[in-house]
Amino acid sequence: MPRVERSRSNVSPRLSFYVHIPYCVKRCGYCDFNTYTPAELQGPDLAAVSANYIDAVIQEIEMASSSVGNAEVPTIFFGGGTPSLMPSADLARVISAIREKFELANDAEITIEVNPDSVSEQFLAHMREAGANRISMGMQSAAPHVLETLDRTHKPVNVARAVEQARKNGYEHVSVDLIYGTPGESFADWKTSVESALALPIDHISAYALIVERGTKLAAQVARGELVMPSDDETAEKYLYADESFEAAGFTWYELSNWSKPGGECRHNIAYWDGSFWWGAGPGAHSYFGSERWWNIKHPKSYQERIAKNESPIQEKENLTPENKADEFILLQIRRREGILHSQMSSSQISLAEKFVSSGDLDRESWAQNKLVLSKNGRLIADRIVRELVL
Amino acid sequence: MPAIPLAKAPQPAATNPEQIRNFCIIAHIDHGKSTLADRMLGITGVVEARNMRAQYLDRMDIERERGITIKSQAVRLPWKSGIDGKEYILNMIDTPGHVDFTYEVSRSLAACEGAILLVDCAQGIEAQTLANLYLAMENNLTIIPVLNKIDLPAAQPEKFAIELSKLVGCKPEDCLRVSGKTGNGVEELLDQIVAQIPPPKGDPNASARALIFDSVYDTYRGVVTYVRVVDGHLSPREQIQMFSTGVKHELLDIGVISPEPVSSKGLGVGEVGYLITGVKDVRLSRVGDTVTTFHKPTKNALSGYKDPKPMVFSGLYPIDGDEYPMLRDALDKLQLNDAALVYEPETSAALGFGFRCGFLGLLHMEIVRERLEREFNLTLISTAPNVVYRVTKEGGEEVIVTNPSEYPSGKVDKVLEPIVRATILSPTDFIGTIMELCQQRRGTLNGMDYLSEDRVEIRYTLPLAEIVFDFFDQLKSRTKGYGSLDYEPIGEAEGDLVKVDILLQGETVDAFSSIVHREKAYPYGVMMTTKLRELIPRQQFEVPIQAAIGAKIIARENIRAIRKDVLAKCYGGDITRKRKLLEKQKEGKKRMKMVGRVEVPQEAFIAALSTNADAESGKVKK
Repeated sequence: MPRVERSRSNVSPRLSFYVHIPYCVKRCGYCDFNTYTPAELQGPDLAAVSANYIDAVIQEIEMASSSVGNAEVPTIFFGGGTPSLMPSADLARVISAIREKFELANDAEITIEVNPDSVSEQFLAHMREAGANRISMGMQSAAPHVLETLDRTHKPVNVARAVEQARKNGYEHVSVDLIYGTPGESFADWKTSVESALALPIDHISAYALIVERGTKLAAQVARGELVMPSDDETAEKYLYADESFEAAGFTWYELSNWSKPGGECRHNIAYWDGSFWWGAGPGAHSYFGSERWWNIKHPKSYQERIAKNESPIQEKENLTPENKADEFILLQIRRREGILHSQMSSSQISLAEKFVSSGDLDRESWAQNKLVLSKNGRLIADRIVRELVL
Repeated sequence: MPAIPLAKAPQPAATNPEQIRNFCIIAHIDHGKSTLADRMLGITGVVEARNMRAQYLDRMDIERERGITIKSQAVRLPWKSGIDGKEYILNMIDTPGHVDFTYEVSRSLAACEGAILLVDCAQGIEAQTLANLYLAMENNLTIIPVLNKIDLPAAQPEKFAIELSKLVGCKPEDCLRVSGKTGNGVEELLDQIVAQIPPPKGDPNASARALIFDSVYDTYRGVVTYVRVVDGHLSPREQIQMFSTGVKHELLDIGVISPEPVSSKGLGVGEVGYLITGVKDVRLSRVGDTVTTFHKPTKNALSGYKDPKPMVFSGLYPIDGDEYPMLRDALDKLQLNDAALVYEPETSAALGFGFRCGFLGLLHMEIVRERLEREFNLTLISTAPNVVYRVTKEGGEEVIVTNPSEYPSGKVDKVLEPIVRATILSPTDFIGTIMELCQQRRGTLNGMDYLSEDRVEIRYTLPLAEIVFDFFDQLKSRTKGYGSLDYEPIGEAEGDLVKVDILLQGETVDAFSSIVHREKAYPYGVMMTTKLRELIPRQQFEVPIQAAIGAKIIARENIRAIRKDVLAKCYGGDITRKRKLLEKQKEGKKRMKMVGRVEVPQEAFIAALSTNADAESGKVKK
């Protein structure tokens, strides 16, 4: 296990948990996440696969405990893959293990990513009982032909049903994910998706421009010319439209792809951006503690083999230099509405940023208050501004 | 076998001029000169078969790879004539074949009494060969016409024998036929060199006079000076004197090349060999100067050469600004070996610190650049080549412009530009298209002659600037590769010229400014603005690209502002990947140049500036 720095103070460090569920019924064409279909794993049945897998995850959580010592856990996030594919009892075991080994905060945020088709009311009820209080649903689009291009199997009507069920079962926070800029998606399609999402009883929306990741089926289709990615201008327009619609409906952007009603921000994701520590359990999951970042071996089978032999599942580790940390601070913090205080920037960064104030890419009011905050248009070129500031 | 063992051959400093034949080979690139030279080295026995390598005499990597000769060399070949059975010494003086190096060719010619005119009998004579042939004839050299590559299936020796005989003034059957590749006819050629080329004449008892025809810097030995002794005698350990400067040098080594350097007891009348004095700078051992002895100096210098004048200028800049001192050192070193290369520091707002370099021509420019990159491991960017203009301002003040950015901004009275006499050889089918090209390039037809039924020589007067700009490439494509070109500077002429500036967001990009004929200004402006719109990535603001003559905008394009440059997702597993990408981009950033607020990748500069040079390199690369 990594020998990580222990906090010198008597106060326990805070450590968020990400739990990776590397299974999906089917892999979507655009997805480069570390997921496997049951067929690929040649497991006898999903229940057995799940039980064995969760055993390994719990063992890693125990390893985390002996490595970090005591820590307060403010958030847990079950992501994937498709966590809602697993028996709820298995996920509940993970929460119990964390509660047992660490101090799970009273107000801990516990999020489960669910697929609108595979999630059952029973699952939602069980997980709520186990402590989960936030649901993140992969809606992606309300246009069937767009979902088809994305290889998503769910029916748009199931989204509303699943959201209702989550609400009925007492989930305080419900979020949907949307994807825009899919080949073949018209502006009208996107409007429909945005409107459909806003019609749901939710308090959080993530909207992502489709990224063509290397090695995916989508990348191959684009390379072969079967699918044509929309122009950046078109995608930018869709972003601006979404932002305007969300804001009008009472959602506020707090990260450039995330909007929430007051209090609906995802605290787990904020932990990634504000430099908090997090432990990713499961194959391919990344962790950050002290000055170290590491990631686990990718394949679930090798992961489980390592754990079974009581070996560390870590594939690679890096030690962040002060320069790395400074770069990461800028590249993460700039994405947030909170922005970057001038006092957190070097004087050369401040003067480099000036031109983005005059170009309208930085919010003038915030700048006047000694804070760098992206404007709407600035959010669309955030990576470019980062390059200017840190290179 | 007429080869003579070296040890038994007539020795340097003890060879009767009657036994000496000095000759060179005039040939176009690819017509097989180096292969023939290799064959001669083999047949005369100076290089044993097991030591043979292709293009033995071409020493620089670039020479061998491009199949061209840049620097001349002189090799001493012993030969027993098959005609009279007597022993002779043949000095083969290798000559560069390219138009840029006419200057070096003329140096080689002056050291010879005869020249082999070598023509590929599948292709016929080329314009540059013709130019060198005329040069040899002007020097009263005996010409031996030789058709090479008779082994090729496409060979047409009868046809080209007629062509050659017309040019040289002999009978078609006087043209020798050889194959450098198989060796067929080479012995007969060696015999004919002995029979036809006159022996050198000179006074062995007069004060020593030797002509420097080349001067080469060697890392180990310092400057190696190649000379042809005309009168008297040079001996080892003797003090020599350069006629022009009066500077005296100790002679550390003297010898002949056969084909590796061999020290000798001296050099006598008519002999060709090398001198080493320990000097480190070729300019102290200047080509064209006369070498004499300190104790018995001559009063009359041999007629030398004109200094080579740079005709084409271009800015050379290191892509990594930190390499500027390395570039300066590299140019200093190259100049030791290349007296024709001139340079001075220059600063470009767009490209940073670099040098404005003067070259003999486009190939010379390409070769210098390639040597800098290859031998000195530099990565360079070069501006579009231009010629030298003499600009008279309104008040009568004259400005010499070697860089378009020096072009006076105020009113201009007149502009003089260099003009050349160009000779184009081509199959008759392409006369129309060649004339059209030359008219477009402001050419004046001087005349036309048929070399044979289907080949023609066309002579034009053209501004050099038009040739520098992509002319050769055009000629090649219009003539399906058959046309060949030679040109020589003949002076200056007034031109209706303007400077076209290219502006990015209102800022002039000095590297893209060009002096063009008024009628070409608009097409140039459109070409550059369109090209740059494609090459420059979108910025966070709109970037107008304009072409302007003074304050007047003649063409305009827009690069629209970038709308999106952000990855939507950034969660736990993305952070390391994103930071590493950023680190990689830091490297890329070094290759970005700022023009005002506009970020221009080096690649865009290179692509926008490269067309002409590319065309030129296509011509020599096989």
